[in-house]
Amino acid sequence: MVTLIDGSEASLRKYLAALPGVDKVGADQRAAMLGTRSIKTTSKSWAIDMAIRMVDLTTLEGADTAGKVRAICAKAVHPDPTDFSVPSVGAVCVYNDLVKIARESLNLNGGSHIPVAAVTTAFPSGRASLKVKIQDTQDALNDGATEIDMVIDRGAFLSGKFGLVFDEIIAIKEVCGNRAQLKVILETGELTTYDNVRKASFIAMLAGADFIKTSTGKVSPAATPPVVLVMLEAVRDYYLQTGMRIGVKAAGGIRTTKDAIKQLVLVNEVAGPEWLNPHLFRIGASALLNDLLMQRMKAASGFYSGSNYVTLD
Amino acid sequence: MDKNPFEYAPAPESRALVSIKAQYGLFINGAWVEPKTKDKFSTINPANEEVLSKISQASDSDVDRAVKAARAAYLKTWSKMPGKERGKYLFRIARIMQERAREFAVLETLDNGKPIRESRDVDVPLAAAHFFYHAGWADKLDHAGLGINPKPHGVVGQIIPWNFPLLMLAWKIAPALATGNTVVLKPAETTSLTALLFAEVCQQAELPAGVVNIITGDGATGAALVNHPGIDKIAFTGSTEVGKLIARSIAISGKSATLELGGKAANIVFEDAPIDEAVEGIVNGIFFNQGHVCCAGSRLIVQENIYDDLLVKLKRRMSLIRVGDPLDKNTDLGAINSAAQLAKIKELSASGDTEGAFRWSPDCQLPSKGFWFAPTIFTGVTQSHRIAREEIFGPVLSVLTFRTPQEAIEKANNTPYGLSAGIWSEKGSRILWASKALKAGVIWANTFNKFDPASPFGGYKESGWGREGGRHGLAPYLKGAK
Amino acid sequence: MSRIDIKKTYKLFIGGQFPRSESGRSYEIKGANGKFIANPALASRKDLRDSVTSAKSALSGWSSATAFNRGQILYRIAEIMEGRRDQFVTEIIALEGGSAKAANTQVEQAIDLWVWYAGWCDKISTIAGATNPIAGPYYNFTTPEELGVVGIIADQKDSLLGLVAAIAPVVATGNTAVVIASEKRPLPAITLSEALATSDLPAGVLNILTGKVSELAPWLASHMEIDGLDISGVDPKIESELRIAGAENLKRIHRFNKSQSPQRMLAFMEAKTVWHPIGV
Repeated sequence: MVTLIDGSEASLRKYLAALPGVDKVGADQRAAMLGTRSIKTTSKSWAIDMAIRMVDLTTLEGADTAGKVRAICAKAVHPDPTDFSVPSVGAVCVYNDLVKIARESLNLNGGSHIPVAAVTTAFPSGRASLKVKIQDTQDALNDGATEIDMVIDRGAFLSGKFGLVFDEIIAIKEVCGNRAQLKVILETGELTTYDNVRKASFIAMLAGADFIKTSTGKVSPAATPPVVLVMLEAVRDYYLQTGMRIGVKAAGGIRTTKDAIKQLVLVNEVAGPEWLNPHLFRIGASALLNDLLMQRMKAASGFYSGSNYVTLD
Repeated sequence: MDKNPFEYAPAPESRALVSIKAQYGLFINGAWVEPKTKDKFSTINPANEEVLSKISQASDSDVDRAVKAARAAYLKTWSKMPGKERGKYLFRIARIMQERAREFAVLETLDNGKPIRESRDVDVPLAAAHFFYHAGWADKLDHAGLGINPKPHGVVGQIIPWNFPLLMLAWKIAPALATGNTVVLKPAETTSLTALLFAEVCQQAELPAGVVNIITGDGATGAALVNHPGIDKIAFTGSTEVGKLIARSIAISGKSATLELGGKAANIVFEDAPIDEAVEGIVNGIFFNQGHVCCAGSRLIVQENIYDDLLVKLKRRMSLIRVGDPLDKNTDLGAINSAAQLAKIKELSASGDTEGAFRWSPDCQLPSKGFWFAPTIFTGVTQSHRIAREEIFGPVLSVLTFRTPQEAIEKANNTPYGLSAGIWSEKGSRILWASKALKAGVIWANTFNKFDPASPFGGYKESGWGREGGRHGLAPYLKGAK
Repeated sequence: MSRIDIKKTYKLFIGGQFPRSESGRSYEIKGANGKFIANPALASRKDLRDSVTSAKSALSGWSSATAFNRGQILYRIAEIMEGRRDQFVTEIIALEGGSAKAANTQVEQAIDLWVWYAGWCDKISTIAGATNPIAGPYYNFTTPEELGVVGIIADQKDSLLGLVAAIAPVVATGNTAVVIASEKRPLPAITLSEALATSDLPAGVLNILTGKVSELAPWLASHMEIDGLDISGVDPKIESELRIAGAENLKRIHRFNKSQSPQRMLAFMEAKTVWHPIGV
């Protein structure tokens, strides 16, 4: 296995400084050009079903209750109760104190194959001690989460403390061990520049992330096409250097089927078709699922569907 | 990996958006007229060799008719009209082009072979923008720094090439009309259709008869136009070879001319370039419009210490280029415009093989009918190879290396051409230093093939005379102003 | 039995909407023949305050739009006005008296002014910018930029032409504005607002208030969020009072004589000069 850094902050800084810059205008234009791909008929149907399988169906509100979680778990297993050919989603994503209920509900609904992802490490702000972040993660794992979505310390990143950001990810990865996959949320909206997104992507991958994730969904802008493009370039380059494929999760602002298909085109043409599956690409969303279902219905029936024909959760 | 599950299904734009007549006459004095000798030639779709229509061959007497109509319109109507009102016609033309944009895009793709995405997103919007921009100059010429109350030449003869038919028409007609001239324009013989549709737009805009005249035909028609004594000024875009012919003929006649000719642009990638965007810029620089671009970045000059990494990324990116039906919205690289051009590209590429360069193309399925060439790079190219010196005008990139920035500049400038150049670096001072040192009329830093009506375009040395676009582009159309 | 027509209500134009004055006041407008025409809103200082807030929030979007885009929108305003010529002509004749020919000429000139400035949007920086040949290895360029939020007190005599002559050059370059219309002849200003509202002009770029100039002008002149003033329509008697108030944040204050000139754009622009070394 190739080692790119020796674990010291100095070698990390050196590696990051040697990364090529991202020209914002060029990146925006490439993303926009890929957004003009016209995905029709059979490709569209394939993309819709794949997007459904990639959805991390999410509820992350202060007002979440057991009832709310039960409802989305039922929907996660059978998104369209009138059509069991619709695939299940990729995961259910909740706050860590609702993991237990989510796991139970999924199992009850025949969804024992669907993982529960928990947001931890003082999501969404990440402003708490490492001790609290570790405990947060432990609790989720104990309750049955097999995916952990952690946030990086953006304050540390923006003040140049890359070693601190790196060490925290290592610590959480250690807690996960082989019980859970680790997704590292960069919160790209707060990083603001594509150069920062590139750097943060590499810090996360070098520290052992299984997935790099754009956003918490609480800050806008989130998973814009150029940001996802930069992250897909990062995982592609990391693969070329190490032979390891890291996943990408786009979360926040992906509301329509059209948005989701644009993301799949990006994956296809930037990282490569090897990433076109739920093991390597996920979409964090809630409202998106119903739009995917309505588009799926239109493809089958030939006419536009309506909001009464998809469930509210 | 096995077959990619996400193969994009065909996504054709509808051909029914445009209706093409079985044949076209000449547009002279606001009306359609038959050519004197009734000669017509076929125009085909280069993607499948299907005949699209029959185009008139304008004879010397047709050229004469057109020039006389332009002169009459100049004397009686256009030169008497205040700039403010002239401008309004140009605004109308711009708006109608925007309204009929999709129709123009489909027609351009059928006639030229370029992908619909490019004609829809680049050619047509830029052409309309060109008219919009110049409409605003018509009543502001006093402010252009070209003298008070500058005067037009009168009747302008314009000859345009086949690579950007509608856009080149806009680059010629818009400034000519804005400055008060009237026009006789000859489109390229393989791509006349959008010019003929433009004539319809002139009618819809109620442009006074004779202000714009479109005469179709081959090189003979062009020569007749250039040599007609009733033409006060010539504007030509095309090959350097023909540009020199024109330069020789006006040496005797004393007419003024602007010439926009060929190029062999260097695209210089420094070690501190934003690599992914540079790869995109290299691809765009040579494969946009099938490389049928005078300012194409046809020589990649890359710093030797990043050569290996860059080539890996470039080849990977090239394997994503979708070659095929130009009307498919997902096509990236369309057809070569003609059998003649394809033969030239093949001949020069063969010279690359025999002179010792290494040819590489990604695997592509090329259609059996029509004129096609896979996107190609030649590595191990040196300055003395034909493929480093001669304009190929196709999707073929010659790759050279440099050790120091000074060497990059020397190689870039070591050519009789001087149209454009590209610089890729994240260091501002380096970009400005290179811009100063490069002998090229258009320099793109961290981008390529970007055009705007406000941005002057034109070349040094054998790439031509004069500029098009911006304030500088007005000067050639006004007497006394240089 | 002839049809009873529907009379228009003349409200203010703020943030792309047509609210009544928050003060609830209105005032009477009589025509040249002394007959009643309408009760347009009588704007208050709070309406003015809200307009400035609106203009400020519209500024970043409008100034960062491409010049080409702004030109397209100004041309669209001309398109919409051309379609509504008759309405403007009727209002002008009712307010100013005079012939139909004179009213038509005023409307045509106003429309053509929008077209003139539409064509300036993407040319002004070519004319007013420069690359400067300083004595050293630096690239040095000057580029004119928009000023910010501009307060305009419209010509009080012309109901339409003077108004357009003031507002078009200000917004062409990316500024946003708060405008006080002609006090005695305010109606075409509101009809113009209707054209603006349907022309793709983003909400808040132009805000137009009708009412007493002597009441509103001092609030415009003293508002610290406003960067410049066009006082061409102001009574010379109150001019120095306004200039003193404007001095508090060094507003750029201008009174123009010529109705159509690139100077009217440049007066509300700032020149920015940038240096950059040239060296490998």
